[in-house]
Amino acid sequence: MIATFDPVLLARIQFAFTVSFHIIFPSFTIGLASWLVVLEWRWLSTHNPVYEEVYRMWVKIFAVTFGMGVVSGVVMSFQFGTNWSVFADRAGNVLGPLLGYEVLTAFFLEASFLGVMLFGWNRVGPKMHFAATLIVAVGTLASAFWILSANSWMQTPQGFRAGSDGLLYPTNWIKVIFNPSFPYRFFHMVTASYLTTAFVVGGIAAYYLRHNRHVKHARVMLGMAMIMAIFVTPFQAVLGDMHGLNTLKHQPAKIAAIEGIWNTEKGAALRLFGWPDQAEEKTKYALEIPKLSSLILTHSLNGEVKGLKEWPKDDRPPAVWVFWAFRIMVGLGILMIFTGVTAAVLFFRKQLFNTSWFQRWCMAMTPAGFAAVLAGWFVTEIGRQPYVVYGAVRTSKAVSPVIGSQLTMSLLAFIFTYVFIFGAGSYYIVRLIGKGPGDSEKAYGAHGVKEPPLFTDSASEKGGKHV
Amino acid sequence: MFNLGELLDLPLIWYGLIATAIFLYVLLDGFDLGVGILFPFAPSDSCRDRMMNSVAPFWDGNETWLVLGGGGLFAAFPLAYAIIMPALYMPIILMLLGLIFRGVAFEFRFKATGRSRRFWDYSFHFGSLVATFMQGMVLGAFVQGIKVQGRSFAGGAFDWLDAYTVMVGMALVFGYALLGATWVIMKTDGITQDWARKCAQYVLGYVAIFIGIVSISMPVMNADVKRLWFSIPNIFYLLPIPLATLVMFVLNWRNLHKGDEYSPFFLSMGIFLTGYLGLGISVFPWLVPFAVSFRQAAAAPESQSLLLVGTVVLLPVILGYVAYCYYIFRGKTSDEAHY
Repeated sequence: MIATFDPVLLARIQFAFTVSFHIIFPSFTIGLASWLVVLEWRWLSTHNPVYEEVYRMWVKIFAVTFGMGVVSGVVMSFQFGTNWSVFADRAGNVLGPLLGYEVLTAFFLEASFLGVMLFGWNRVGPKMHFAATLIVAVGTLASAFWILSANSWMQTPQGFRAGSDGLLYPTNWIKVIFNPSFPYRFFHMVTASYLTTAFVVGGIAAYYLRHNRHVKHARVMLGMAMIMAIFVTPFQAVLGDMHGLNTLKHQPAKIAAIEGIWNTEKGAALRLFGWPDQAEEKTKYALEIPKLSSLILTHSLNGEVKGLKEWPKDDRPPAVWVFWAFRIMVGLGILMIFTGVTAAVLFFRKQLFNTSWFQRWCMAMTPAGFAAVLAGWFVTEIGRQPYVVYGAVRTSKAVSPVIGSQLTMSLLAFIFTYVFIFGAGSYYIVRLIGKGPGDSEKAYGAHGVKEPPLFTDSASEKGGKHV
Repeated sequence: MFNLGELLDLPLIWYGLIATAIFLYVLLDGFDLGVGILFPFAPSDSCRDRMMNSVAPFWDGNETWLVLGGGGLFAAFPLAYAIIMPALYMPIILMLLGLIFRGVAFEFRFKATGRSRRFWDYSFHFGSLVATFMQGMVLGAFVQGIKVQGRSFAGGAFDWLDAYTVMVGMALVFGYALLGATWVIMKTDGITQDWARKCAQYVLGYVAIFIGIVSISMPVMNADVKRLWFSIPNIFYLLPIPLATLVMFVLNWRNLHKGDEYSPFFLSMGIFLTGYLGLGISVFPWLVPFAVSFRQAAAAPESQSLLLVGTVVLLPVILGYVAYCYYIFRGKTSDEAHY
């Protein structure tokens, strides 16, 4: 039955599934890599073993997460072609080099020095090891730079021309790379990754404190996480607002969907909640705050906000997804800001590390960053519809000539594999967290290997069993 | 706008670069996939630990060459990318799934104990096996040609599946197993090395048989390939390739029996090089055999120019630090790991 589905929809579901799964890992590892740099730097400059132990715990989690990010990312580099071959053909001239630069400047760097970071402890000096950590962190940021440039170009394309053959040709690379939405999307996403990591670290630190385990380490972790929550969450709100205004300028239909506004209005109300109905062309059950939408978007009480009816029905994004995903993202952002403010208050009362309800709150906020990142990407990607390259290539015209049944089978295979593999990965990460930093097991145990035997290697090998 | 197309033959340069990237992928991921293929046959758990540790610092970087091959193809020859990916949809998806199962095993295996550890052993093995087999099938389908109409793939969902592609799939499994076994000889000692040497001796014969079959079948299946290799004077220019392959097989066989530790790995890579050259010469100038040439598939010169500048600057740097990482982890691997 599912085979009779629209192949465009199937291709979209499959791509959405694999890319959503993938983005979870980089949004954690970008932040984690930078944090590991800070930890190793503190350790090298203070020689405080707590930093080392925290580093060694998190580098293992980093390795598992990074491994899952790599294997799910390799899939992405092929899916442009397997699912969206017409898009690959038409936009390849512009997007191809950007992805090529991502591989050349980021992937090799990360992959090569990750080996040194994980396995090089006894083979390179501490400075070289620190350099490897730093290089991996720079690699994650370089990767974000190129992939967000490519994505932003699909949102706000410029510096290209459409050839008579239907292909898009670059005319100005600086304009392509630094397209209008790129700076906002880049900083918004990198900051989101830092916050995602901070809330994971903070949540786990709170768990340790609650159970009175690894208290020295947990204080370092919670302290650093709350510095991020206090200082970076408001900054992220400002970045988000700037990103939104940029979207209003270049993709007003997306903003209309976010706001759930159908008729162009002066002094538009902010619809806090409601149900945008694509067929009836109105937002039902709306809870409104008068004039606020105009105030936020135009910085004037009676500013004009365009409604979705300005665009033909075929050119409108599916409003309900965009509307609700946006509210989830912003809602989580508000909870994060609240966490930061509370942390600041508790800190000045000297109660940051021993307030029970706040510990439970931080534990509950552990997945907040992931959810907000996913919701944000749903807003921007679904809000771009019905285009894959905004205004230039329609999604319905981008799909591969692959028959539906193939897509259905591969989609099921991906769902099965990802749920199983990444379920196992999460399980191992939870176990690493359960073990915690600075526990008895050190280098050997980390890899599940016994201490080196007193006998020679070949003597111990004979004792092993067959698989 | 910035365009080197006037000065340089960009499509030809990119054809060479993509071919090189794919070849480096085959060599480098070849040996760690090969380690996975041989994995369950190793004599003991601590042999397996050593095998896994010998490739753990490298597998991720090795796989990046695949991303460069895929990404580079997209960048430099988007039309070829847009035709080949849908044409080989199923084997590519299966290859990716195989790579997932083996890739995560590196991390999970060392964190699991008892039966679940055994599970990741098999995940590593079967993931490597499936990924390799599918890569071979992709190669087999590729050299037989892809149906194209206009700018799209025009064949059926199972065009890639026939006896020939199955044969090439098996050939690549043995080929990677040879790379893997000779790598293990180089990186270990004791009973792990003894076992790997026996494997390599055994696998080498199969590789010779498969290379023979492919070398004979290519000209038999395709008249152009036959003309290319067997016309005069071409045959004299091209004869060194099969001769070199033959010499390397003999040397490899002798050195394996002599107990050499290093030369079998490099001779096996040499055998891959001549095999790859032979295939490349047969397929030239097609990028989607036998429908789209590399010139027809080329991206706009502006696009090829931009990435070429980056490649010229960055590729030597990449090769430099990749070599440095191999240097850091030089010597024999033990069964313990430090992290």
